Amino acid sequence: MSALLSVRGLTAGYGGPPIIEDIAFDVQPHEIAVILGPNGAGKSTVLKTIFALTSIASGTIDFDGTDLARCKTSALVTLGVSAVPQSSNVFPNLTVDENLDIGTYAAPPADKVATHEKVLHLFPDLRAKLKQPAGELSGGQRQMVAIGRALMCEPKLMLLDEPTAGLSPAYLERIFDLLLDIRKTGVTILMVEQNARQALQIADQGHVLVNGRNFASGTGKELLADENVRRSFLGGAAT
Amino acid sequence: MIDFINFYLVPALAIGSVYALGAVGISMIFGILRFAHFAHGDLMTLGTYGVLAAAAIFPVNPLLLVPFGMVLAIVSALLVDKVFYRPLRKLPTIYTVISSFGVALIFRSLVQLLWGSQNQVFGSGGVRPPLVLFDTFRVSVLHVQAVVATSVIALFLHFFLSRTKTGRSMRAVSDDPELAQVAGLDTEKVVRWTWIIGAALAAVAGSFAAMDTSAHPNLGWNLLMPMFAAAILGGIGKPMGAMAGGYIIGLAEELSSYHWIGDHALISPSYKTAVAFVIMIVLLIVKPQGLFKGRLL
Amino acid sequence: MEWTGLFFYLVSILIAGGIYALLCLALNIQWGMGGLFNAGIAGFFAIGAYTSAILTTGESSKHLGGFGLPVFAGLLGAALLAGLMGWAVAKICVRLKSDYLAMASIGIAEILRLVIVNESWVTNGSLGLAGIPRPFGEYLAGRSADLVFLAYVWTIVLIVYFVAMRLYDSPWGRSLRAIRDNEASAAAAGKNIEKFRVQTFVIGCAVMGVAGGLSAHYFRFLSPSATDPLLVTFLVWVMLMAGGSGNNRGAIVGALGIWSLWSMTEIFTNRLPLEWITRSSYIRMLLVGLLLQVVLQKFRSGVLPEKSPPLRFRK
Repeated sequence: MSALLSVRGLTAGYGGPPIIEDIAFDVQPHEIAVILGPNGAGKSTVLKTIFALTSIASGTIDFDGTDLARCKTSALVTLGVSAVPQSSNVFPNLTVDENLDIGTYAAPPADKVATHEKVLHLFPDLRAKLKQPAGELSGGQRQMVAIGRALMCEPKLMLLDEPTAGLSPAYLERIFDLLLDIRKTGVTILMVEQNARQALQIADQGHVLVNGRNFASGTGKELLADENVRRSFLGGAAT
Repeated sequence: MIDFINFYLVPALAIGSVYALGAVGISMIFGILRFAHFAHGDLMTLGTYGVLAAAAIFPVNPLLLVPFGMVLAIVSALLVDKVFYRPLRKLPTIYTVISSFGVALIFRSLVQLLWGSQNQVFGSGGVRPPLVLFDTFRVSVLHVQAVVATSVIALFLHFFLSRTKTGRSMRAVSDDPELAQVAGLDTEKVVRWTWIIGAALAAVAGSFAAMDTSAHPNLGWNLLMPMFAAAILGGIGKPMGAMAGGYIIGLAEELSSYHWIGDHALISPSYKTAVAFVIMIVLLIVKPQGLFKGRLL
Repeated sequence: MEWTGLFFYLVSILIAGGIYALLCLALNIQWGMGGLFNAGIAGFFAIGAYTSAILTTGESSKHLGGFGLPVFAGLLGAALLAGLMGWAVAKICVRLKSDYLAMASIGIAEILRLVIVNESWVTNGSLGLAGIPRPFGEYLAGRSADLVFLAYVWTIVLIVYFVAMRLYDSPWGRSLRAIRDNEASAAAAGKNIEKFRVQTFVIGCAVMGVAGGLSAHYFRFLSPSATDPLLVTFLVWVMLMAGGSGNNRGAIVGALGIWSLWSMTEIFTNRLPLEWITRSSYIRMLLVGLLLQVVLQKFRSGVLPEKSPPLRFRK
């Protein structure tokens, strides 16, 4: 099976010294891949680099035959990649409905009404809030609006930067359940997570980053069992 | 009471319309491009002179010629954005603010160079008979036209911003430019539309102001301060708020010179401009995000 | 005859250039060091001019005062009053994004123009104030007075220059630049940002007031048209950007350079046919506006760019 996303030798940063160096990993179609690592390991930078928001020194990001390293941010959505940033990921003064609508502008889905219905089916909570400004919603609901917006363009790959940051444990589980549902609809997911244990339980593949470099890769089970990973990063004994 | 309506309230609404139309552009540019556009007044002047130039050729009601001024203002604004503002967009916005001062000067000196610096009046310059209603209300036709036109524009603008793809994209960029970029919105198109709408409305505003009195090269510059006050009052990035702000400033200015107490004007009419400024200062101290929860830049 | 004429033409350029150099140094303290955007230089200049003029002229029925004080006292009053006005503006605006400070300072300048024109009991309105004395005016007359005034102006320029240099080098100046370049980390380092900014703005405004006073004494006459925002505010901005903001020497070089250019073009435009002479000032304005755009895009750091002073540690 050929990978949907294939990153090779990626070195990038924000103009100064590189934050990530020589990163390589693959994301297979229809899987949930998670990037893990301690604070400051460069996890978010990997996502931002794929989304052309950093300056790339070297390396390739092959997505479905296109090198994303040569693409502008605005072109990515049309290729079928959408992203959900970590914080401020909704337009607060736009209503929930308008937020979702914005998601269709760059790459209109074949059937807008059907996609809209599909997204609301995933997030039934939002149905009653469609006319409300997104800024008035709770943190968890905002996260749903943000993910919903990213799904409105029917992406092949969705990037999520810490989708559970700042959420209560109950919401965390709901979001992870939702991600499993979203995968069932055929969307490939690549996300960065702080809650490593829970994330590895739903992830097909995990990639651990330390100091801006690849440290370990493997399936969720493998990583959870890996003594090295556990000691240096998951903190203590297996549960 | 009748005098109050005829000589204070209606003129206040008319000048309020001018401020409202100007402030919308300032507020949108502030919201989307994130800088205070100090050349907006002079853009108004330029548009007004476009109408004047057309009026010299076509002997029709100058109101019908306003589109000429709109086109001139739009073309100038787009050109200035491309040549002067866009190269500075990656720098701190204050450089664009400085640049807009220079653009203000360029616009004004062009107007003076092409049309001279004397006052110019539209049409024959004679006083048009007022509109008489119920034998008591005597109001200027132009004032009524200004208020009606502004209301229609406000309605269209509201529809545009809330229903159309471009309008919603504009609001999205104003809300969060980085997220708009991530969502793949065409930011340059949004910027273009911001200038088109801002410049067109500026030309309309300037034309009404000039038809009410006369056109001169400082016309727009003199209106800049109240327009800024209106934009802040309405909340930055809230076009409808800016409209309301324009009317509030217009009313405050005109009504401040009404003889509320005794026979004298409350505030000497020569200090009308200061009223807008004082409102702006009080607002900056007490409620810098404006009345309608705008953004604080 | 030609040569003396040329010499005194040069003297007049240097006097006006010196006054502009003061304005530029003042703006450099505010913008170059503090990152504060003052768009109402003309307003503070006007306060200074009128204060000094009213304090030093002989008693008159046409306007407030005059109080017949010595020129030095007039300039001191100019600095005080302009500084006070600057303090009020800064108190309100320094917390906000610099665009708001620009609006507020412009607003102050415009309102002052209204006050100057309307309150003729203070300023004699558009008729202006006449008979403003020059320093040491009682001893000198004619062209030698110009030379003395030239020395007077440039002595003040040098004093302000040295003060500005000391400020730039001092811990105070370093804190200020730290705030300008990275507000968050300066705040984290425990700097009281608001206090520093207010101080910067006040110092700058006081110097602008002195410049206004000097210009009133130079022309011996003061009317509202002397405080034209284009000639005062705008030209000074162009001078500082061209000379190099953040660099005091650059501020002086910019002031002299642009003012010379400005004055020289007058020689050429005076030779134009009559119908073009009236328009020549518009062409000059247009060119200055374009010059600013070129400077902003291509020579943002100016002729003499900012250099951070070396750190010196006491042994």
